[in-house]
Amino acid sequence: MELLEAIVDGMNYWIFIILMMIGLYAMITKNNLVKKLIGMSIFQTAILLFYISLGVKEGATIPILPHYYAHTSQEEQGNLVGSSDQAHAGKEASSATEGGKEKPSVAHAGSPKIDPNRFTNPLPHVLMLTAIVVGVSTLGVALSITQKLYTEFGTIEENEILDQLKSGDD
Amino acid sequence: MTPPAIISITPVLASLVSLLAVIPIILLGGRANLREGASFVAGIVKFGLIASMLPTIMAGSTIEYTLWEIVPNLAIAFRVDALGMIFGLVASSLWIITTLYSIGYMRGLKEHAQTRFFSYFSVSLAATIGVAFSANLFTLFLFYEMLSLATYPLVTHHQDKEARSGGRTYLTYLLTASILFVLPSLIYIFIKTGGGLDFVAGGFLEGHVGGTEALVLLILLTFGFAKAGIMPLHSWLPAAMVAPTPVSALLHAVAVVKVGVFCILRVYSGVFGIEFLSDLNLGTIVTWIAAFTVVVSSLIALTQDNLKRRLAFSTIGQLSYIVLGMALLTPKGVTGSMMHIAMHAWGKITLFFCAGAIFQATGKKYISEMVGIGKRMPVTMAAFFIGSLSVIGIPLAGGFWSKLYLLWGTVEDGRFTMLVVLLTSSLLNAAYFFPIAFRAFFCKPEDSRFEAKVEEAHPCAVVALSLTAVVTMLLFIYPEPFFALADTATQHLMNR
Amino acid sequence: MIDQAPAIVLLAPFLTAVLVVLVGMKYERACFPLVVLGLCCSAAAAVQTLLQVIEAGTLRYSMGGWPPPFGIEFRIDGLNALVALTVSTVALISAVYSKNRVPEENGDKISIYYTLLLLVVTWLLGMVMTGDAFNLYVLLEVSALTSYALIAMGTRRATVAAFKYAIMGTIGASFYLLGVGYLYIKTGSLNMFDIHEVLVAENLHQSTTVLVAFILITVGVWIKMAFFPLHAWLPNSYAFAPTTTSCLLGPLVTKVMVYVMIRMMLTVFDPLYTYLQLNWGNIVVWMAVIAILAGSLAALAQTDLRRMLAFLIVAEVGYMVGGVWLANTAGLVGAIYHLIADVFMTLCVFLFAGIVFAKTGKRDITATHGLFAKMPLTMAGLVVGALSLIGIPPTAGFFSKWYLIQGGMAAGHWGYVTALLISSLAMAVLFFRVFEYAFFGVKPAEGHGDHHPSGKGKFSEASASMLLPLLGTASLVLLIGIFNQSIVSIITDFVGQFNLTGSIMR
Repeated sequence: MELLEAIVDGMNYWIFIILMMIGLYAMITKNNLVKKLIGMSIFQTAILLFYISLGVKEGATIPILPHYYAHTSQEEQGNLVGSSDQAHAGKEASSATEGGKEKPSVAHAGSPKIDPNRFTNPLPHVLMLTAIVVGVSTLGVALSITQKLYTEFGTIEENEILDQLKSGDD
Repeated sequence: MTPPAIISITPVLASLVSLLAVIPIILLGGRANLREGASFVAGIVKFGLIASMLPTIMAGSTIEYTLWEIVPNLAIAFRVDALGMIFGLVASSLWIITTLYSIGYMRGLKEHAQTRFFSYFSVSLAATIGVAFSANLFTLFLFYEMLSLATYPLVTHHQDKEARSGGRTYLTYLLTASILFVLPSLIYIFIKTGGGLDFVAGGFLEGHVGGTEALVLLILLTFGFAKAGIMPLHSWLPAAMVAPTPVSALLHAVAVVKVGVFCILRVYSGVFGIEFLSDLNLGTIVTWIAAFTVVVSSLIALTQDNLKRRLAFSTIGQLSYIVLGMALLTPKGVTGSMMHIAMHAWGKITLFFCAGAIFQATGKKYISEMVGIGKRMPVTMAAFFIGSLSVIGIPLAGGFWSKLYLLWGTVEDGRFTMLVVLLTSSLLNAAYFFPIAFRAFFCKPEDSRFEAKVEEAHPCAVVALSLTAVVTMLLFIYPEPFFALADTATQHLMNR
Repeated sequence: MIDQAPAIVLLAPFLTAVLVVLVGMKYERACFPLVVLGLCCSAAAAVQTLLQVIEAGTLRYSMGGWPPPFGIEFRIDGLNALVALTVSTVALISAVYSKNRVPEENGDKISIYYTLLLLVVTWLLGMVMTGDAFNLYVLLEVSALTSYALIAMGTRRATVAAFKYAIMGTIGASFYLLGVGYLYIKTGSLNMFDIHEVLVAENLHQSTTVLVAFILITVGVWIKMAFFPLHAWLPNSYAFAPTTTSCLLGPLVTKVMVYVMIRMMLTVFDPLYTYLQLNWGNIVVWMAVIAILAGSLAALAQTDLRRMLAFLIVAEVGYMVGGVWLANTAGLVGAIYHLIADVFMTLCVFLFAGIVFAKTGKRDITATHGLFAKMPLTMAGLVVGALSLIGIPPTAGFFSKWYLIQGGMAAGHWGYVTALLISSLAMAVLFFRVFEYAFFGVKPAEGHGDHHPSGKGKFSEASASMLLPLLGTASLVLLIGIFNQSIVSIITDFVGQFNLTGSIMR
């Protein structure tokens, strides 16, 4: 039972590890270059998933502050929150209880009183947006290299390419 | 006890002058006379600079100059003392004569790439003098490596297959030994002493390393300076005989090989210290190694028919004399070994000059082909005879004195085995040299391979070899400068 | 303006890249001067930065005025400033070198080629200067992306190699990204210095998460720096890429990754953690020993000149990884000094290989046939680079070996010392083989005096745009060697703050 609990607790980690391994397997063993790239995509996506899952809290919502929150009274201010604190909160994600979504307990972003448990950590999202862009461009470059290989060798099977290289000099 | 040191840039200039001479040599490359003129001027200036320091050194002082601190605590620094002076004098004076000889030899044979030849010759000499005047192990190592590399184009001058394989052997031995043995010992000493590599008269290792470490370092350094040709790291020398004869003469009888033994002498006296070595009784091991080389190389020399190869093996043996003398660690032995640097240099260079002159005039390389050559080249063969007297150590030539001191050194220490070794080797020397001169002059007319018409080599070459032969004899009558220097050096080293 | 020097180091090549795309569409001839101009600015700014660092100590620069840990901070100490200067200098030299090579090899894509070249320089400089762990990942990936493209512009072998590089590079970068993720879980920060503070303040060094992060980051960086046996992508990539590409990437990429490794080990994780607590030094140094020997031996087996040089890079990476993991000051100083020295030595020999390829059209070592007579100046450049790689004084390579061996001896790691010496000899064999071809010709004559490859009046040196960079680099190699004290003192100041054992000999 303990094992099962451990697996369920770290569900996100298990999933990302499994995805990563699938990707790695494809990258290393597949003979078809495009399949290798598919593996690469899976591999990268697994990491995206891992990061996103870091920011998740049970019952929290997306970190967008509605406009009217900004005009709440001064008394409710305090409890300044920085992004690093949010991240600390992130690792205690499971401890967050359900939050009263309707209560306007959050203040202006400049001097806010924000209950960090009610919002998912936005930083991983931001980072992953960048990572997605990077991943897409990697894939793009890799695909165009594949295309170049196809025009040069007439095949995208790795072993055939290597055979051609072995037999004739370039 | 340390005599006051004088700060002067002269030693730096003495080394630098031949390095700078490369520029005019290359620029005047097209005009042979001017080019060789530049070589001469550089040689004379160099000799003048070194000789100008002689009185100071004779007075027991040293001359120092620190050029550049390159690593914390480690500088490119020069220091002239009596030991370095002996070597510097020999190398620079012989360079002038060798230049004369090279002109005769290279023009006589119409060799190619003479500009390259003279340029690298100059660089080699700069490195040789650099070694002689190094103030610390690091500077010594720097110039030592520079010499290995600068002589490579000289050794492989002919650029044919034989030269390539000879050059390979040459560099393989020298570079491997210096990188694998010398460099780590250098750094190890540097770490152990906390950053000192400066030569000190009585050595500086004492108290920094234990007995076993000292033994390992001693072995590493003795074999690491492979230019000294101690067996089994000697094969590069016969291989390097593919070089044109002036190179073999100056570099492989004087500069390069003597740099090897000089480094060993320096390390024994300046790094370990004679007292430290004799306390640990480490000299004995080295004497045995050297004695082995002395005997075996002489035996091999007997079997060689190629004259230059025979001379090469003879050189290997004589180099080990020097190491052996030092390793006796007695005053007379040390004096003898230092004097032998000079005496052997003059004698051996004469022999090489003769070999080259014979090759240039007749094209003969093998001893068996030289029967009766005395009738054709009387001056050359007379010089050859004098040279061999010196190397064997028979009176009327300078070699006698140094051998006498070496023998005296063995007796002084009661090392009679070594006495026997030295005497045996001298006999062997006689056995491989005398027949050459003898058969050159006294053979039945029908055996002679030459007509009785006198026809010597290029005049420049003949003048050069006669000069060295005369000096060899003069050194018997008047060994004073070298003797006095060796004596000063010995006193300095033994008394701290 | 002067306060902005760290930003200019980056922005100059970046903005020039944009400019080159735009101008290059119409006026291809304008590309080359623009590139050189941009890189000159960058190098000048790097010099300025270095001077500022020497004068005033660590420099903090917040990109766009955002204070850390929110914005991206550049915190420039002696190490970054030195490496940044090295990178921009090498970029400038390769750019000058490329003048004739790019039109010849990639004539139809001149402006694109130059844009990519400038971009890769920007990203490499960014990696050196950034103080943000995630930013570093992004730069790692984009610099790799750009290099895939630059390499794939070569022969079809290069395209295959670029694909392999893309796969392995992505794995490496992803490992690094994961490692940063784990660190983020624990510390909640991405700023390198912030991470370090939190790690120390909250005593997180015992945590398994941090250990996993360390392993992931280290392995990721090792893949990127081609640390044996993770080097498979490197040799063909650099051997068959366009000449300028291999001159630029060959020396730089691996060294910048070594820098990243040092930065991670010392600044992010603490030296106490990496050296004392983990205590892996011995194993890693043995791995480095294997890398050194394997790299040198593999180089011996090559007949292709640039492939041979590429394997030398693998060996040199072993030098540096070993030096860093010796865990003493001498080793670390040696590794960092070697990083800088090696950039220029490698550049020197790659420039030579490029010239040989340009002049003869051949990649084989035998293409150097008779070059001493034909191209004495070019050969002089090679001789300096080669002697430096072998480690002959007074070239830079000798002094880096000097410090590294000191470190090895101080750590009592004799295997490492021996490996360094053996690899020196292997390099001597390698380069003297080249020298022999150049001096004797491929088939020397049997007899004496009948055939000589030399001859008067047949000099045919490469064009000035290729020769001058080579000679410039060669003199830099000598200068770095002769003035090694001033460089080493900057490095010692940097290393000194970590209180390592085994002080360097002073």
